[in-house]
Amino acid sequence: MSEVLEAPVPQSRRVRRRASQRATSLFSNGEPMVWLTGGALALCVVMIVGMLCLVAVQGSGTFWPRALERFERLGASAVLGEVVQRETYEPNAAAFAGRDEATALELRARAERAGNVAERWLVRTENFELTGTHYTWVSDFEVTARSQPEWALSIERREGGPFYGELVGFDVGGERVATEPGAAWALFEEHLPAVVERVEARRAIERDEIGRVNRALEEQRLAVRRAELEHGPDAAPTRAARELAAAREQALQSEFQRLRGEIEALVRQNERFGLMIESADGTETRIPLGQVVRAFPVNQLGLSGRIGVYGARTAEFLTDEPRESNTEGGVLPAIFGTVTMTLVMSLLVVPFGVLAALYLREYAKPGPLVSFVRIAVNNLAGVPSIVFGVFGLGFFCYFVGASIDQLFYSENLPSPTFGTGGVLWASLTLALLTLPVVIVPTEEALAAVPSSMREGSYACGATKWQTIRRIVLPRALPGILTGMILAIARGAGEVAPLMLVGAVKLAPELPIDGEAPFVHPSRSFMHLGFHIYDLGFQSPNSEAAKPMVYTTTLLLIGIVVLLNVVAIAVRAKLRRRFQGAQV
Amino acid sequence: MIRARSETLRSEVVRKSVKPSPSIGGGSTSGQASHERPTRKVFDAVSEKRTFEAELHPALLTEEMVLEVDGFSLFYGAAQALWEISMGIPKGKVTALIGPSGCGKSTLLRSVNRMNDLIDTVRISGTMRLNGDAIYAPGVDVIELRKRIGMVFQKPNPFPMSIFENVIYSLRIDGERKKSVLEEVCEASLRGAGLWEEVKDRLHDSALRLSGGQQQRLCIARAIAAEPEVLLLDEPCSALDPIATGRIEDLIEELKGSYSILMVTHNMQQASRTSDYTAFMYLGRLVEYGPTEELFVQPRLSETEDYVTGRFG
Repeated sequence: MSEVLEAPVPQSRRVRRRASQRATSLFSNGEPMVWLTGGALALCVVMIVGMLCLVAVQGSGTFWPRALERFERLGASAVLGEVVQRETYEPNAAAFAGRDEATALELRARAERAGNVAERWLVRTENFELTGTHYTWVSDFEVTARSQPEWALSIERREGGPFYGELVGFDVGGERVATEPGAAWALFEEHLPAVVERVEARRAIERDEIGRVNRALEEQRLAVRRAELEHGPDAAPTRAARELAAAREQALQSEFQRLRGEIEALVRQNERFGLMIESADGTETRIPLGQVVRAFPVNQLGLSGRIGVYGARTAEFLTDEPRESNTEGGVLPAIFGTVTMTLVMSLLVVPFGVLAALYLREYAKPGPLVSFVRIAVNNLAGVPSIVFGVFGLGFFCYFVGASIDQLFYSENLPSPTFGTGGVLWASLTLALLTLPVVIVPTEEALAAVPSSMREGSYACGATKWQTIRRIVLPRALPGILTGMILAIARGAGEVAPLMLVGAVKLAPELPIDGEAPFVHPSRSFMHLGFHIYDLGFQSPNSEAAKPMVYTTTLLLIGIVVLLNVVAIAVRAKLRRRFQGAQV
Repeated sequence: MIRARSETLRSEVVRKSVKPSPSIGGGSTSGQASHERPTRKVFDAVSEKRTFEAELHPALLTEEMVLEVDGFSLFYGAAQALWEISMGIPKGKVTALIGPSGCGKSTLLRSVNRMNDLIDTVRISGTMRLNGDAIYAPGVDVIELRKRIGMVFQKPNPFPMSIFENVIYSLRIDGERKKSVLEEVCEASLRGAGLWEEVKDRLHDSALRLSGGQQQRLCIARAIAAEPEVLLLDEPCSALDPIATGRIEDLIEELKGSYSILMVTHNMQQASRTSDYTAFMYLGRLVEYGPTEELFVQPRLSETEDYVTGRFG
């Protein structure tokens, strides 16, 4: 090629041309751009994969039972706990502080012998009520002995967080019936099922029976209020309603007392049994069996035993309600809230977005107004989400919701029913937020339907709407679903607006449950994204909650991925149906 | 790159400026003086921006017309695309429209079922009648009108649905629900389009999986399912290979008699093979219209002869 070009060119020009070719060849042959573009992609992939790996590794390790190690320390009490982190450091004066002079000197000498480089372990010691801390740093020079005690128990409690200690006995009604760990463990395993059953019974009474009584009491109050609103505060019907309510209230109060008695009996029965645990510093603590969720001698567990504990903890996480200001227990209400809100949002936003896109693309005459609307819709995607939250709070909750309350729930006032955040308002707010995400791909999909298909339909005598419904929409459906997938991904991960319109820290009552009318769109709800924020930044001890933050993040990512995979599978199926071998 | 583009541009300019001269010259010099045909009338009409009185062969007078076009003009905005076309389309015959690109064949065809209504800037004057009913009268229901006219497009355009649903589309939009009726029409139409044997076992597969030729025959089946009074074919074979083209031509042959067909074609062999009548159009004017054989063998105008013998176009 170059020879052919060069042949007729005079000598001097040829030389100059070659030189200039060399100068530009680096860019003209495009090699650097390959590296630039490829590098940019690689950087993106590394960042995303790195983040996902971090979340996956940290999140999936939370529930794995690690060995409990006991460190005997020189000049300080022993420590029992899980090693969660290790590092080397250069000990300074602070590392030797808090001990008497002789011990400090000894420690310093030891550290210097090792070249003033020490290894230290971060030990998760728990037993917060005894030590006031969840973690302790242990340096290698202060350790005199390190062991994995056979009967070190890891106990998860209903209140007060986990407890680590060595089993020393079993107590029934204040009397120590076993002093040898093996026997105590046998007794514990014997009594635990009955105790758990009583705890469940108590929870059932609290949730169902007392809940029923409370609702009935509320009903009476509302009946009186309704009568007052209808007939005036001193009218005869109001007085009659008040008397009736008072009589019923009497019965309900006695019912309430009876239930309280039942609960107390259950509690008393459970109080009799207790595990005697000696923590690392030698204190003996009695842990009532009613407080125990799960306990296991972790150092005796083999692989299968640990997998069992891991499975049980994961199952609890996925199916239970939260405990201890959300740092323990499960996240079922949050999972349920997230999925419900996202699905309701999709149901609202997809039809709206598709109708709007249909008008813009199919019916509206192209012109400045349509262009302006289109630009406005695109820009809506760039509005900060908190602005949508404020709008949702102001419009949906305080205007629409308050109007609904005035019209239909006036007896409840001043406590709001719809006039405050709730799952319906949250879904509507997010639907508004994700509207452009649906409209833009839908419009593109509509525009991509070949005009030959429309013409063919018109030529058969179809009207515009028949053409849209039978030809355009089915053909554009994969694109519409792309919009839905994007909306789900955007909506499920959104937190800021939800904090204003209905997501709360704790809402054990689900938006859909067995209580008539089964769907409660006005209820506030828990959301995994908000849960993560709450765990990480609002909990009393965010350091201790960190593993749960990772696990919850992993779960949220998993749910978003799952919702997306379902939508993508549906789209792939539709694509196969509407597109053949030839396009 | 830039140089290459400017070269193509220049060559286009050259070709454009050169192109008419051989045709005009061809018309006068190639002579064939023995025939003594009037010449250059169309070119004069074009350069003077006026209409042209078409040469209509007397054989047309004996035919019963399904479609009558009278003084029909069409404008895209300010540009006039059709100049007072007057012609009749005989019932039960195949009529071909030929002419160089941009002569208005497709525009005329699409005016018959008012597909040009979809373009905002189109204005028309003159009349068209389908079996005596005005097509462009103010009160005409375009939807009903289109149901009386079948149309097949240049590129096969099956709908994104099953073969069965494609064929019975016009019945579906009329709200026909009876399964027996739908199945009967589907089979009859597919048989009529010569596709039944190939697809009878996969009627509920996507129509988009058919080959190009099969898709075009499916479009013909779809067009004849509504039993149209006239069937419009807009270059039905231009996107197909020779074998598929041959099958479509055979099909047109078979449909002749039961349907009145108006087809646009670029291919003069195709026009001469398949049609009974041929109309030659040039730059929006109807030039000559008559029985295909006469038009190809003994054209009355030298412009027609130049075109059908390949001297221009």
